Amino acid sequence: MIAQRVGVSAARRIVAGNPSGFFTQHLPKLAASRLSTTQIRPVGTSKITAEDAHSLLAQQRLNRPVAPHLTAYRYDQTWFGASIWNRFTGGALSGAFYAYFAVYLVSPLLGWHVESASLAASFAALPAVAKGGIKFLVAWPFAFHCVNGVRHLSYDLAFGFAKKQIVKWGWAVWGTSLVLGLYAGFAL
Amino acid sequence: MAALRSTSARALGSAIKPAFRPAMFVRSMASVSDTPSEKPRMKTFQVYRWNPDTPTEKPRMQSYTLDLNKTGPMILDALIRIKNELDPTLTFRRSCREGICGSCAMNINGQNTLACLCRINTEDASETKIYPLPHTYVVKDLVPDLTLFYKQYKSIKPYLQRDTPSPDGKEYRQTKADRRKLDGLYECILCACCSTSCPSYWWNSEEYLGPAILLQSYRWLADSRDERTAVRKQALDNSMSLYRCHTILNCTRACPKGLNPGLAIAEIKKQMSF
Repeated sequence: MIAQRVGVSAARRIVAGNPSGFFTQHLPKLAASRLSTTQIRPVGTSKITAEDAHSLLAQQRLNRPVAPHLTAYRYDQTWFGASIWNRFTGGALSGAFYAYFAVYLVSPLLGWHVESASLAASFAALPAVAKGGIKFLVAWPFAFHCVNGVRHLSYDLAFGFAKKQIVKWGWAVWGTSLVLGLYAGFAL
Repeated sequence: MAALRSTSARALGSAIKPAFRPAMFVRSMASVSDTPSEKPRMKTFQVYRWNPDTPTEKPRMQSYTLDLNKTGPMILDALIRIKNELDPTLTFRRSCREGICGSCAMNINGQNTLACLCRINTEDASETKIYPLPHTYVVKDLVPDLTLFYKQYKSIKPYLQRDTPSPDGKEYRQTKADRRKLDGLYECILCACCSTSCPSYWWNSEEYLGPAILLQSYRWLADSRDERTAVRKQALDNSMSLYRCHTILNCTRACPKGLNPGLAIAEIKKQMSF
């Protein structure tokens, strides 16, 4: 479109410099045929203050939907990313820690027996699968948090940021923590 | 000038002939013509749609099916063909079609990237899902509102700040080694793929600067000619601007230009602490 417009204006310039009969005869027809396909869209702009712009944006945002994020993004980078599981496992471990020791503190008042000896005795009575399973449930979050913690230490030194390394080490954290968790649960 | 002359010559040439060309034969860039008749390879694209003229209607996914034999290789080609041939109301940004303008940033099959650099997966017949950049306010269909993103960019003062004049009064010189520090930083096209891939930015976009802007921040921190390094660092020294980065590293995995915003942020953190 722009090229066509340039062509027409060039033709006009030629005519202005050389007003011969031939050009003046043909130019209106030419201009009409060429310009008829050109869309002319007047653009209106108006200046607004920064506050007005801000309030206008806030008003528009009330209507605009937020683009899908957790539902749309690749699950291996959101739901199964090492980062969120580092947070989950850390939260679960410290939560369990506080829950157990809070119960331990008040257990004499309630007459509960949660000291090591009685726990070990009741644990011994469980079947082997349940024993291993419960140990795994504690060991795996610990292993994951530990291994991923090492990864974070390397990040603090700005090491291990290549795209391939990120993907590889992400899965490596899952693998090693599962192996370590299973080992601690069932073999130790 | 050569181009200008040839067009005007063409315009005059057609003016001499009494019969004007009745129609312009324009082939769209996105389609491939004259392919030998093959068995059609149909591919379905599911595209996120939302129209601001009917704001009460919920966003929806609309399916379009194209024959890949008649479509260019990239997702942008498919989108342009959908717009040209199937549904002119489909709205998306595009400009350069070669990965230098950053307009066509969108979420394709769950991964933020540029539509013009993302090949259509021809291997399997699965549907390709196309969303706008995640957790942005949607203006229409695949067009996100990036006002805040640009404001954040402005806030880091992305330009050379100096007080001392150059020794020769002409230009600020750098050693080759210093110039090399900017490689991998200056190439950023601000497409917002990385920032909108970051869950931390999703939840804190009002205060956290996000990977793209932090990479730009580092670009000026790493510049040997800039003299406001201390001020720039001080501006980042709070709990939100920089330290909302938890090294999730979706940014580095998303960058369609192959840059490393995650590493740039790690370098800033290192500079801040040592």
